Amino acid sequence: MNASLLLDVQGVSKYFGGLRANEDISFQVNRGQILSIIGPNGAGKSTLFNCITGFHHPDKGRVLFKGLDITNWKPHTIGKLGVVRTFQITQVISDMTALENVMTGGFLRHVRVKDVRLNAEEVLAFTGLNAKKNYNAQALSVSDKKRLEVSMALAMEPELLMLDESMAGLTPVELKDMIELIRKVRTKGIAIVVVEHVMEAVMELSDRVLVLNSGRRIAEGSPKEVVADREVIRAYLGDRYHAVCP
Amino acid sequence: MEILLQQLVDGVLIGLVYSLLAIGLTLIWGVMNVLNFAHGEFLMIGMFISYWLYTLAGVDPLFSIPINAVALFLLGMFIYRFIISKVTTGPLLAQLVVTFGVSIFLANFAAFIWTPNYRSIGHTLLSGTWNISGIILSVPKVVSSIGSIVTSVAVFWFLRHTRTGKAILAVEMDREAAMIMGINTERINSLSFGIGSALVGVAGALLATHYYIYPFVGGTFGLICFCIVALGGFGSIEGAFIAGIIVGVAETVGGYLLDPAFKLAIVFLIYLITVWIRPQGLMGW
Amino acid sequence: MVGMGALTGKQLALGGAALALAIILPPFMSPFGQHVLILTCIFAMCGVAWNIMGGYAGMFSFGQAAFFGIGAYTSSFLLLTFHVSPWIGLVAGGMISAVVAAAIGYPCSKLRGHYFAIASIAFAEIVRISFNNWEMVGAAEGLTIPMGKGGLANFVFNTSKLPYCYIIMIFLLLALAVGRLVSTSKMGYYFRAIKESHEIAQVLGVDVVRYRLYAIMISAFLTSMAGTFYAQYILYIDPASMMTLAISVQIVLVAMLGGANTVLGPVVGAAILVPFSEYSRAWVGYKGTGFDMIIYGALITIISMYRPNGVWEAITELVRREK
Repeated sequence: MNASLLLDVQGVSKYFGGLRANEDISFQVNRGQILSIIGPNGAGKSTLFNCITGFHHPDKGRVLFKGLDITNWKPHTIGKLGVVRTFQITQVISDMTALENVMTGGFLRHVRVKDVRLNAEEVLAFTGLNAKKNYNAQALSVSDKKRLEVSMALAMEPELLMLDESMAGLTPVELKDMIELIRKVRTKGIAIVVVEHVMEAVMELSDRVLVLNSGRRIAEGSPKEVVADREVIRAYLGDRYHAVCP
Repeated sequence: MEILLQQLVDGVLIGLVYSLLAIGLTLIWGVMNVLNFAHGEFLMIGMFISYWLYTLAGVDPLFSIPINAVALFLLGMFIYRFIISKVTTGPLLAQLVVTFGVSIFLANFAAFIWTPNYRSIGHTLLSGTWNISGIILSVPKVVSSIGSIVTSVAVFWFLRHTRTGKAILAVEMDREAAMIMGINTERINSLSFGIGSALVGVAGALLATHYYIYPFVGGTFGLICFCIVALGGFGSIEGAFIAGIIVGVAETVGGYLLDPAFKLAIVFLIYLITVWIRPQGLMGW
Repeated sequence: MVGMGALTGKQLALGGAALALAIILPPFMSPFGQHVLILTCIFAMCGVAWNIMGGYAGMFSFGQAAFFGIGAYTSSFLLLTFHVSPWIGLVAGGMISAVVAAAIGYPCSKLRGHYFAIASIAFAEIVRISFNNWEMVGAAEGLTIPMGKGGLANFVFNTSKLPYCYIIMIFLLLALAVGRLVSTSKMGYYFRAIKESHEIAQVLGVDVVRYRLYAIMISAFLTSMAGTFYAQYILYIDPASMMTLAISVQIVLVAMLGGANTVLGPVVGAAILVPFSEYSRAWVGYKGTGFDMIIYGALITIISMYRPNGVWEAITELVRREK
């Protein structure tokens, strides 16, 4: 049994009526690894996320985390176990301050309110939102909200962090900051799975890249390998380009 | 067995009128996410308009339908423009409560100017009963049901085959996309509120032929209406139509099988069971 | 986020002053004034209870009257039939209400917003209609609680309303303490996450179903206590006066007018709405014209339009500016 194996997705399939959203998808994530999942729109990335984090239950296959079969677990118990996700459309608790938002996550691991608050302040210092901890969460900018989402996740002390398009809508400067933040998170020993469209981030951050298209896995490897893969190019750019590429 | 069939028939007849009421409410909900708790009071106003037209001018309720429709249409648009539109951007709780306020105001205002007494319309153009192989059909009730069906069909047609109707459907499905397409969603809002209210006005005229008319009649109808709308699925017109009939039948048959006092409780129970099994209602999205 | 932080010195001072007033005033008030005070506190307590599920967790219940009634009926029935002390009946009623709350809360676990509101109305109406036809508890005629020997042990006072005033104030303080405790604890944070969205709460590790049950059970227990008190005060209960939608709406209004997200909001809301209701009925409504209700309806409408977040915020602003 590989001690550093954290997430083991085995043959996950999910169908919605006739639509094969996910078809026999398998991959593994080790401790401290950063895996990116990319693919054209409609490839099934979000569905896969949902299947792993308990928001959908796979029709076939299994999801194992630290050896435990979490395939049919509820989202909140998966969160307790150590897998935390964010959402495509940033979700924060609007009538609370940033600090209170993070504290809400922290209650998972601490009992006394004082401890929760201290821990939350530490997390906000780590993610660079310290100065804005008493701002109303709704009033934060898009990039700060994403940062807050990550903070809330960190307060839950996850072993696996799953980010759903955390780079979307960011300016080049914000993008750089976000990439830095994710690198920082990795230094804590947290494995990260990222669904991304922003290729710059994918190339910079990932140890491995998984490519989905039409619900299937079409490639997996290092960023360089994947980008040169013919199937991947064809999926993104269509047949005409494929014919032209070496 | 015959009595059961009778109850069934009566249930369908009243259910069809419920359907019309529910369609009006669900239209408003679908377009702007507002639950009009004053819906029952709009019905009451419609009934009273028919009553006064009959009592003071001898106008048969059937002929008061167009007047009711127009009057309630205007009332609906007025209430939307000056009251509802102010709360749609605010907290959900305020949206829920504001129409309660309007409902309390309207019911008591009516009681104030017209007294809380029960009234009824005595002799209408189409009255009496038919006897079809043992099943007694009250003519006014049948006429109401037919009127309901006709109006419902007209609404379906309007929504699917006219430009404005399609615009309303578009806003119902995706407000932002509709806005991008150049549809004036504010105008659609007030139009929908108006149309939803007009439908209630029509129902009021239909019900006035065989129902007691009094300021607080709206309360129960309103409650039943919400259950129907939620049962059918908020925003779904087909759902509201079907749910209306189901509720009408359940109420009548259930009241006969169990106890008339529990008629309403049965309706509520059906609602609770439905949303438990299928939270979005029968045909909701 | 009001109600979540530590109390400031200023807030404590004001609170202390209000408390002092509350203790000193009642003996000097007319019996009618005391009656209004008692009703205000009853509704304030129900409003605070409502807030725990509605204001904090976003479960907008328009059916609290059901628990109000269940509490009253439980204690009264136990008293009349088994001569159980109303104090025990108080707790028994609370527990029964909590169980009923859980029973209705569980199937409604996924309901939000309008759907939940209507479900709560449906539930409360079923309860009302059931009690209205239940011979064992007097059906539509209700129950009359005998005056008997006055005194604290019997939870009934014949000579003066004063003891009632103080007891309900203590109940209210208890409810406020619970409200504040919930608000500043893990439960409060989790409730607010649930209010924002079920998904975000789940992601944060919150067992949404369980916490929603907590909210509704606590709320029901407190409301039920208020119901028992009411029964012992008015000494007559029937479905038409205790379990109606009108009462449920009044409870919501009290919380909304004051400030649905705050601990003290409902107290302010009740302090505005109940005296207004009672006095306007006394002055204008006695003619039977229902004119006071017309004003009431208009008031509700106007408040929803222009002060949808309640007046608590406006008041704290004022207090802050007067520094």
